Amino acid sequence: MSWEIDYLALAPEIIIVVTMLGVLALDLVLPRPLKYWTATVGVLGLTFAAIPLIIMAVDDVGTRSMFEGSYVVDEFALVLKGLFLAAGYVTLLMSVSYIESDRYYQGEYYFLLLTSILGSVVMASARDLIILFIGLEVTTGPLFMLAGWRKGDLRSNEASLKFFILGVLSTAILLWGMSMLYGITGSVDLVTISDSVALIAGGSVPGFEPLLGLAILFIIIGFAFKVSAVPFHFWAPDTYEGAPTPVTAYLSVSSKAAGFVGLFVIVYVALPAAVDIWGPALWLLAALSMTVGNLAALRQENIVRLLAYSSIAQAGFMLVPFAAAAVSGGDQLAVGLEATVVYLVIYSVMNLGAFAVIIQGARRTGTGDIEGWAGLGKLDPRLGVLVAVFFFSLAGIPPLAGWFAKFIMFQSAITSGGPGGVWLAVIAAVNAVIAFYYYARVVKTVWFDAPAEGASEAEDAPVGSLGLAIALTAVATIVIGFYPPIATFFGEATRTLITAAGG
Amino acid sequence: MELFESGWGLTLIVFLPLVGALVNMAIPKTNETAVKQWSLFVAVVTFALSLLLVVNFDYGAGDRFQFEMNETWISAIGANFHLGVDGISLPLLVLSTFVMVLAIIYSWDHWEEPHNPRGFLSLMLILATGMNGTFLALDLVLFFIFFEVVLLPMYFMIGIWGDKSKRRIPGFSKEVETRLYASIKFFLFTLFGSAFMLLGFLALYFKSGDFGPRTFDIPELIELGTSGAFSGTFAFLVFGAMFLGFAVKVPMWPFHTWLPDAHTAAPTVGSVLLAAILLKLGSYAFIRISIPILPQEAENWAPAIAVLSVIGIIYGSLACLAQTDMKRLIAFSSVGHMGFVMLGISTLTDVGINAAIIGMVAHGLITGLLFFLAGSMSHRYHTREMSRLGGNQKLMPVMGAILAFTAFASLGLPGLAGFWGEFMSLLGAYNPLESLRAEYLGLFRTAMVLGAIGTVLTAGYMLWMLQKVNLGEPGEEWVGHEFHDADRYELTAWVPLMVLIVVIGFYPNVVFGATTDAVVSLVNTAFGEGAATTAAVTDVLGS
Repeated sequence: MSWEIDYLALAPEIIIVVTMLGVLALDLVLPRPLKYWTATVGVLGLTFAAIPLIIMAVDDVGTRSMFEGSYVVDEFALVLKGLFLAAGYVTLLMSVSYIESDRYYQGEYYFLLLTSILGSVVMASARDLIILFIGLEVTTGPLFMLAGWRKGDLRSNEASLKFFILGVLSTAILLWGMSMLYGITGSVDLVTISDSVALIAGGSVPGFEPLLGLAILFIIIGFAFKVSAVPFHFWAPDTYEGAPTPVTAYLSVSSKAAGFVGLFVIVYVALPAAVDIWGPALWLLAALSMTVGNLAALRQENIVRLLAYSSIAQAGFMLVPFAAAAVSGGDQLAVGLEATVVYLVIYSVMNLGAFAVIIQGARRTGTGDIEGWAGLGKLDPRLGVLVAVFFFSLAGIPPLAGWFAKFIMFQSAITSGGPGGVWLAVIAAVNAVIAFYYYARVVKTVWFDAPAEGASEAEDAPVGSLGLAIALTAVATIVIGFYPPIATFFGEATRTLITAAGG
Repeated sequence: MELFESGWGLTLIVFLPLVGALVNMAIPKTNETAVKQWSLFVAVVTFALSLLLVVNFDYGAGDRFQFEMNETWISAIGANFHLGVDGISLPLLVLSTFVMVLAIIYSWDHWEEPHNPRGFLSLMLILATGMNGTFLALDLVLFFIFFEVVLLPMYFMIGIWGDKSKRRIPGFSKEVETRLYASIKFFLFTLFGSAFMLLGFLALYFKSGDFGPRTFDIPELIELGTSGAFSGTFAFLVFGAMFLGFAVKVPMWPFHTWLPDAHTAAPTVGSVLLAAILLKLGSYAFIRISIPILPQEAENWAPAIAVLSVIGIIYGSLACLAQTDMKRLIAFSSVGHMGFVMLGISTLTDVGINAAIIGMVAHGLITGLLFFLAGSMSHRYHTREMSRLGGNQKLMPVMGAILAFTAFASLGLPGLAGFWGEFMSLLGAYNPLESLRAEYLGLFRTAMVLGAIGTVLTAGYMLWMLQKVNLGEPGEEWVGHEFHDADRYELTAWVPLMVLIVVIGFYPNVVFGATTDAVVSLVNTAFGEGAATTAAVTDVLGS
């Protein structure tokens, strides 16, 4: 039993907490025109928080386990913490000018955003049900408020309310599932749960299977809400459209990634023995999310709604390796995890970039309707090229990073070897073609259509932090596209989750 | 030569155009001359490198991959950066770099709206990287990437510079602009095919794990394939998945419907590159990947491919006769010509595959030139309707003569390049691979007869087009118009093509010299020693 605290392992969380408090305190003393300094502090804080992560990544200590194994910093956790910090960092950069132009509550905005980042960073390390749940709620809770930040706008209110009600519902379902799991196994520690589940699934303790099945189903449904997988996606389009765009970007990347992390941790660490129950469920979620998300996206007129449905479909693609591995037998699980993490990393980069470009584009054209973006490529070629880069990357066209995400998804689905995996790959292949159509439609409007009469041609390059966010994501999208090992490196590192679980 | 021995020569041929495109972006948009000169310089250097390759190529070992570069690329999935050239890819690579130079020369003062040479030339150079890369890639992942990379520039070329007229298209409530419809159709069709092609590649990769480490390497997979590693339903499905990808690209009937739209809507240079190079990617892939890796399945699928090819030949010719638009007619003629290429491949003999390769080269030269001419004429007449053209020979004698020459080449006149592909492909169909003869000899011979009828039809529509466009008196609407005959940029681009058409026509060994060894060895490794019984034919014909 070790109650020793490894302060290096906790340093990122501690630094984020200090930053949060610093932002709050600074907000009190700064005069209104200088409020944007709170953002600077937030950005600096996240930068500092990354330093201990890097130190831990390069040293050879290996897995750092605390609180009787409830809080673990292994390579899986490091990679995902890094992803959450980077995504949070880019979101902060995107927010600065957007929130400043809205003129209210800047300090609180950054405080809440940092809180959410803290929650997701905690989740990556959580190896017991309670910490996992707290991490998830700390991630989601602030977002209920952030979604309604544009309080003068009815849509924003609707976004917040819908998100809140469905979020609470999903939380309740998740908690119910978790409590049943605790009731069956008598433990909140995932590794202990895993042993008990293995006994039940192995048939040594008869009579518990139905309850176990129900518990797992509820947990899956709870997370399905968080990753907005069909049929639990109804909140996403409205919330995405109404929320401030940087918050939408954060929702579609970090919040979704947090859901995935929770799912990974629970099913890989606690439930590997019950793969027969959750495998088919995930298979179904993947197939439905891809198909429904893509078909619905075809008909969208608003660019943010389009990306909302696209992110639902992308969640489906992300589930593919995972589900294919699960339905094809347990020994493929590591490959599935790796592919899903690689997909998640690439998706985060390009989706954040897409949203950053949308913020700039909406500012440039004054509208979020796709039609209104006609001829943008002629008026502002640089922005037009960026739109093409991110949207074609999302569509998976080489040589942009998205191709590798799609590729590794297909690869792990095919190499899982079972018919379930192959069929899922075929469904994904058809969906990849459908998806291309609506991504290409945006590019078509931007490049092929004539600009509206009287549109100004003066270039208005994205400046400041938004420009930095766009530049970072664009460079990453192109570099990973040419040299994917950058992304697979993260995927390989996450294998520790499986080996730690004894898989 | 050190540059090539080290493998860097091929890498340069692939990536120099891409670098050129990036540099283009740094040149101010208004300095058009600099952009043009730089792009031409890059294309010429790339072409010169490929000529150096021709000089340094060891023709005694044309069946082996030469000047290879094989570096680890994505170690996690075992994909390597593996390039190499053999006798089959060499002529196609040279064709690609050559046509690129001519296309840039032609475009010198032919700009379709909305102008913007910098954007257009950059896209062309990116396209060049994709095309050269596809012909040189020896790794399935790399192949897939290059195969897909060509889509983006072509999509933008059609969509931005393409035909802006509006058309009624079944299934659409409003009239749509041709370019918009054609560009997305082109992309979706190809993407659909290549998504399944990728699944096929991955399945091969997965299966190769049963015989050692999993691999995407084409030579390694060929070795596995010829030793019978891939068989049964698995191989059947994999061949089918890859077939889907390649057949859309060729395109084979019934996957051809994107072609007339894309070719007609594309700007002139885009049509030329589409016809001359892009269509070859699919048929090349059959020869490079499908046949050697899955030889047994190639035998199973060959009759079906032959049938589809013949349908393509006949259908393409008949469709040509129904066209009123000159450019669309040329587009449909590609369906027929590529039918001959695929018929040659389906025979699985060295004669047939040699026919396919020379057919590809010839089609690239001839149809490329035809699209150049169609573009230049519609540039002058502002119409492509053949009923309004007519008497072109009187208005523009030089251009008319070139058109007549090219049309004769296209219909397969002996002594010009187009003849060999058609003739030898029919010859191959008379005597397909031995193992196909038992069951399908009748089918292949019927295909031969129908193909021969196809050549007659081809002659028919080509002469019909000539008669409509070139002969007769100019229409009244052209009275009083001043027409400029072919200018120096046009002639600089066209004369080399015409020379090559004649040279290959008289001396096909220009191509066969490189290909024959490689093709014979391919057939022998795939179908057993001695399968290439008719090797002598090409030698006789050649000398």
